[in-house]
Amino acid sequence: MLLYLSKQLMREIETKAEESYPHECCGALLGKDGAGKREVLDVFPLVNRREDSPRNRFAITPEDFCAAEKAASDRGLELIGWYHSHPDHPALPSEYDREHAWPWYSYIIVSVADRKPGEMKSWRLADDRARFELEPIEVRFSSSAVSPAR
Amino acid sequence: MAVKVVIPTPLRPYAGKQDSVEFDARTVGEALSRLTTKYEELRKHLYTDDGKIRSFVNVYLNDEDIRYLQKENTQTKDGDTISIVPSIAGGFASPAASGANR
Repeated sequence: MLLYLSKQLMREIETKAEESYPHECCGALLGKDGAGKREVLDVFPLVNRREDSPRNRFAITPEDFCAAEKAASDRGLELIGWYHSHPDHPALPSEYDREHAWPWYSYIIVSVADRKPGEMKSWRLADDRARFELEPIEVRFSSSAVSPAR
Repeated sequence: MAVKVVIPTPLRPYAGKQDSVEFDARTVGEALSRLTTKYEELRKHLYTDDGKIRSFVNVYLNDEDIRYLQKENTQTKDGDTISIVPSIAGGFASPAASGANR
């Protein structure tokens, strides 16, 4: 699988990561899912609900989940994944990320150190839940249509 | 009594690509049990190895979270809808233990 992401949306995610530092930011990825590739066409920033531990945890409530689904539907898009930041840590999924994930979604993680965004990687949980697999991001300077699989 | 279980998009590949499935069931737990018996591959994404609903998986009967009803023993009636909604969560703690396959 390949994830298309425009430079502009990549920058939006990085800006949220900078603004939230040293706390984690989070949000939804809205886009289109096609055969073998998918494209992020919008992002939907959400409030990190983990007030007890926002530096190394994020949480999105079922209510926020439903708001993200509605935002996608209103724009004729699908809810294809989630993004969050890892302040002062690499863009690698943690065991905690793995335990709280579902397959199919794209999970973008952006590393942010000293308020400066670093690496951005996208991950997909394997069917057997044993590991995350890297989903290569192809950065585009303008959006292109991915034909939906359905 | 027929109860509809709505399958969230990420789990549809494990449920014959269907967006909802109907079962005869008297409780929410029975409906989920029938669902995961019919679609065995779904089970691990909803339940832990010891058979508990995963902490980030929320189950609603119509619009009520079953945690505030009788949990999996919540009785169902004809025409009820069960929804499965995740709480999205994550963060770093032990990246080395993630099993990330780069």
